[in-house]
Amino acid sequence: MQQKPTSSESIVSLRDVQKSFGPLRVLDGVSFSVERGEVLALIGRSGSGKSTALRCIDRFEKVDGGEIVVCGHRVDRPDVDLRALRQDVGIVFQSYNLFPHLTIEQNITLAPCAVKGLATGEAKDLARKVLAQVGLEEKLHAYPEQLSGGQQQRAAIARSLAMQPKVMLFDEVTSALDPELTGEVLKVIEQLAADGMTMVMVTHEMGFAKGIADRIVFMHRGKVHETGPASILTSPTTPELTQFVGTGNLKS
Amino acid sequence: MGGHLNINHLIFLGQGALWTIGLSVIALIGGGIVGFVIALARISPLKSVRIASAVYVQLIQGTPLLVILFLGYFGLAAIGLQVSPLAAAGASLTLYVAAYLGEIWRGCIQSVPKPQWEAAEGLALSRTQRMMKVILPQAIRIATPPTVGFMVQIVKNTSLASVVGFVELMRSGQIVNNSLFEPFAIYAIIAVTYFAMCYPLSLFSQRLERRMGRGRSNLAPA
Repeated sequence: MQQKPTSSESIVSLRDVQKSFGPLRVLDGVSFSVERGEVLALIGRSGSGKSTALRCIDRFEKVDGGEIVVCGHRVDRPDVDLRALRQDVGIVFQSYNLFPHLTIEQNITLAPCAVKGLATGEAKDLARKVLAQVGLEEKLHAYPEQLSGGQQQRAAIARSLAMQPKVMLFDEVTSALDPELTGEVLKVIEQLAADGMTMVMVTHEMGFAKGIADRIVFMHRGKVHETGPASILTSPTTPELTQFVGTGNLKS
Repeated sequence: MGGHLNINHLIFLGQGALWTIGLSVIALIGGGIVGFVIALARISPLKSVRIASAVYVQLIQGTPLLVILFLGYFGLAAIGLQVSPLAAAGASLTLYVAAYLGEIWRGCIQSVPKPQWEAAEGLALSRTQRMMKVILPQAIRIATPPTVGFMVQIVKNTSLASVVGFVELMRSGQIVNNSLFEPFAIYAIIAVTYFAMCYPLSLFSQRLERRMGRGRSNLAPA
């Protein structure tokens, strides 16, 4: 619908975003933006607000104040066209959330057929194409339960890709996976980044963030505490990030 | 009449049993349709719809079926609407069954993990599409065992329709007894007949539950 190219503009921009859950202030004046083709990693401790910030972008959470613009949609406004927004934004969750009653192919073709009105044949071709992108062509007719966690997550990424989003959001997509399976999912995301996909990811994989992210946003107590290129992970300027990176490295 | 139990009595009881099945089917279909609407209304985004449906469920669940049947038959007659026993019993059971099935099904719909809703939302599916293509197919699998189990209650509860003169199994037993005066023998036959109708349903429900238990991992990914 909103087809006008936002060439020099940001794909995602948050300005002074406020969000509280009851008395708890989760986002306290968060601002950052993501340019086309950029990969932004949101890092921080549990409870720092990074996942909430990500969910606000796709309006899974309503903000209390501030401005969010995503692909031209004013997400903070109550009258935002949610379905148009979500056609532009793909989101992948920690728990995969594939539809268990549908095959992988049906999982992928559902939204393109139902939302974009694609013909079945076209949608099936598309399913094959996106599954090839994540290296799962042979699982076309499998059910989610027959796949490993890593394969399910790759299928979920393929499902999201089939809607041809302008930006993809990843919410701790490897947190439920063991290190071996994490690797195969990260490889897929790396390939997407190489293909120029705009991405925002919440991640605990510091090594991965360092390798792939154009920009790091470190969140602390609901605020953007430190931001900069991936090099801030090796030479942080705030004591909080220093400590966070230190403990992160110890863990992994 | 008087005399002994003969083939004609048994045929009469058999007809009553068929009406018990017929009334059960009417209650299940009518109650199923209304119950489905109730289930959707109970989780409606509109608060007024949620409250109205909750009030309906509470009213029906807090009223004995016997009273609902009397209200349906004599109440409507009192305000000048003459209805047949079948219509009164069918309508009353429909209202009754709808309240229970509505609640059972609401629970089943809500037991589909919330992330499934979010995943469907994230793919830009409309609320109707999310419900029809993602949530209900999963909810139906969860709902089948308790629904079949509840059908046993429906079959047994149709016996109350005898009070409004509807000749189902229970009422036909009373009629036969009125001529034979052998209550123990006759009600034993009736009990066995009800059991023969309900037990297969119970077994079926249990089997479904076992099968669901095995496949539970299908329903909750991760």
